[in-house]
Amino acid sequence: MYKILGKKVLSDVNKLMVIEAPEIARKARAGQFVIVRTDEHGERIPLTIADYDRDAGTITIIFQEVGKSTMQMGTLEVGDELATFAGPLGHPTEIENFGTVVCVGGGVGIAPIYPIARALKEAGNTVISIIGARNKDLLFWEDKMRAVSDELIVCTDDGSYGRKALVTEPLKELLEQRQIDRVWAIGPAIMMKFCAATTEPFGVPTIVSLNTIMIDGTGMCGGCRVQLTEGAKFVCADGPEFDAHKVDWDLLLARQRFYLDEEKQAVEQWEHECKMEALT
Amino acid sequence: MTELTNRERMKIPRQEMPTQDPEIRRTNYDEVALGFTPELAQQEADRCIQCKKPQCMEGCPVGVLIPEFIKALREGDIAGSIRAMKEKNNLPAICGRVCPQETQCEAMCVLGKKGKPVAIGRLERYIGDYELIHRTCPLERPESTGKRVAIIGTGPAGLTCAVDLGKAGHEVVMFESLHSPGGVLVYGIPEFRLPKSVVHAEIDYAAECLGIRVRTDAVIGRLYTIDELLNEEGFDAVFLGTGAGLPSFLRIPGINYNGVLSANEFLTRVNLMKGYRFPEYDTPVKVGQKVAVIGAGNVAMDAARCNLRLQALQEMEGAEVHIVYRRSPAEVPARAEEFHHAEEEGVIFDFLTNPVEIYGDENKVVSGMRCIRMELGEPDESGRRRPIPIAGSEFDMDVDMVIMALGTSPNPIVFADAGGLERSKWGTVVADEDTGRTTKPKTWAGGDVVTGAATVISAMGAGKRAAADIDGFLQGEIDPW
Repeated sequence: MYKILGKKVLSDVNKLMVIEAPEIARKARAGQFVIVRTDEHGERIPLTIADYDRDAGTITIIFQEVGKSTMQMGTLEVGDELATFAGPLGHPTEIENFGTVVCVGGGVGIAPIYPIARALKEAGNTVISIIGARNKDLLFWEDKMRAVSDELIVCTDDGSYGRKALVTEPLKELLEQRQIDRVWAIGPAIMMKFCAATTEPFGVPTIVSLNTIMIDGTGMCGGCRVQLTEGAKFVCADGPEFDAHKVDWDLLLARQRFYLDEEKQAVEQWEHECKMEALT
Repeated sequence: MTELTNRERMKIPRQEMPTQDPEIRRTNYDEVALGFTPELAQQEADRCIQCKKPQCMEGCPVGVLIPEFIKALREGDIAGSIRAMKEKNNLPAICGRVCPQETQCEAMCVLGKKGKPVAIGRLERYIGDYELIHRTCPLERPESTGKRVAIIGTGPAGLTCAVDLGKAGHEVVMFESLHSPGGVLVYGIPEFRLPKSVVHAEIDYAAECLGIRVRTDAVIGRLYTIDELLNEEGFDAVFLGTGAGLPSFLRIPGINYNGVLSANEFLTRVNLMKGYRFPEYDTPVKVGQKVAVIGAGNVAMDAARCNLRLQALQEMEGAEVHIVYRRSPAEVPARAEEFHHAEEEGVIFDFLTNPVEIYGDENKVVSGMRCIRMELGEPDESGRRRPIPIAGSEFDMDVDMVIMALGTSPNPIVFADAGGLERSKWGTVVADEDTGRTTKPKTWAGGDVVTGAATVISAMGAGKRAAADIDGFLQGEIDPW
């Protein structure tokens, strides 16, 4: 069992948790993920590591409540325990001094982009970061991102904070105005698809971190497979980062939607159970 | 009671094990084979004529003292029977259920020459189940040698190796990447064939007796490398029993559509994650109405039979499960009983058929499968007749789910930073067959990670041989490197 040492409600749907996991913290690097399971009936869900503290022996995760599993996890408090916390999984981000890089984090994708931006900054890159969300409430870690970036652009879809724009707009402007050597984009699949489409005409290498459906997270099930131009790859074992220009985005989006009906059913059941519990 | 003569013994018919009726069992997830009653076990044990030169043991990969355990059972000494069993096999409730006895011990039984062999597997299961409840002869933990062994993987090979090393007095820590120990016994083999309660009871019993520590959620290669275990974590030896977990997919168009999945994914969702009880358990499993399972090994049979049950639980109409296999019934690699049970339960077999393309709809969900008919040519290197496509024989199958059960290869994650560990071009670890020694000092391997996908019992045999060699090394009797 893995104890929750800290919890922060970032917004109605975004929660941060600090988990006691000294062995994982010892090894974790930017770009890797963990598999989390709330209790004995729970699903195994992959979450990219948002931060780690080797001295304190902790891993920080940030998740958005999108389904039953994440909603249930959101109800846990400091002192509660998670049934499974396995990692660090996947390959770490390839970090070197590329020159000038852009790190794009959309929505809950701000969490995994943070340790990557930090590592790139430490490696000597000029880091320009773009963070965005649907509205002000869904933004977080602006201060942390600012601290590891040479420049930070903040935008919201509805203009409730920062610039009213999708992340692709400032990204395109940067590509037009400056020499950009590499781009990282992490967020919802649709955002990553359009970031890939934005950078492709400029020929700038672009890395995305894919969050597909997984079970074991170690290469055993193949449920996470993604179609690249050179063939299928497993996100868990070969990734989670890939060349954005090689990904078959439409297939990826379709595969993410495959269990939508079941997810809806599980949420309805969960909400019903919560109501019943509130009554008793 | 007067002693039976051999002639009398040979007249006793082989006792059938009670099973759930096919019509009923295909609608539930409970175990199909119900096990011998004490009376049936006695009758069956009485059939054994106690050969002077028993052949049965020759057929057993772990050398179970078959005549001894049956003799004790015959005499009503069940504790003695279990003691004889545990000389060589500490997991009888598992082996009795999943070993291919018809090609091993029972194939060698002299009674099989003129009639039917002694049902050794069913007797093994009988005493194994008895022991899990009554604990007549717990394994004894000798004084500690002070030596520490890391066992990577908690499947059949690792479990067997761990128990034998524990019995020798070494301190054993097992590392499991998933949240539950047992490996393929838990994620792969379905509940109705091998109840998970049996697997957990066997593991807990042995681990408790011998003080073996089982660490779940520990992905070796990521959390610790093999080198770190040996050089920093204070282990004197490492045994690698990580199996063959990486699924293979056909290289045909449409293979990544929704609804095409590996048997590993399907079985893991159903067995390990208990998807058949969704939404009580959170992991969903899709149920196809017309399902094609590609391949005809044990894993294919398991996947097909799980599908039948899921369809029945949902009371799905017009439901079909096909096994699509490129060779003929004679080449089916599955255990005879599994093939038989699958047929009984209504799986449709499409032999000499091979998929060439999977069709998808506008949502990229499987909508059909194009196949080609095959014929058998000359035997290939495996000794089986090679299937050859018949030109122009393509046809379409109406399916909405395709499950790939084409075999698996070792998962490479564990090999991270394992310098000096030689592997074959198939990704399997190169290890000596008799000792399990790899090319890397202090590192042994056995089971599917060495052989590629094989059987539970052959993995157990490899775990056992490696344990003996590791023990010799730790006692300072041998230094192979």
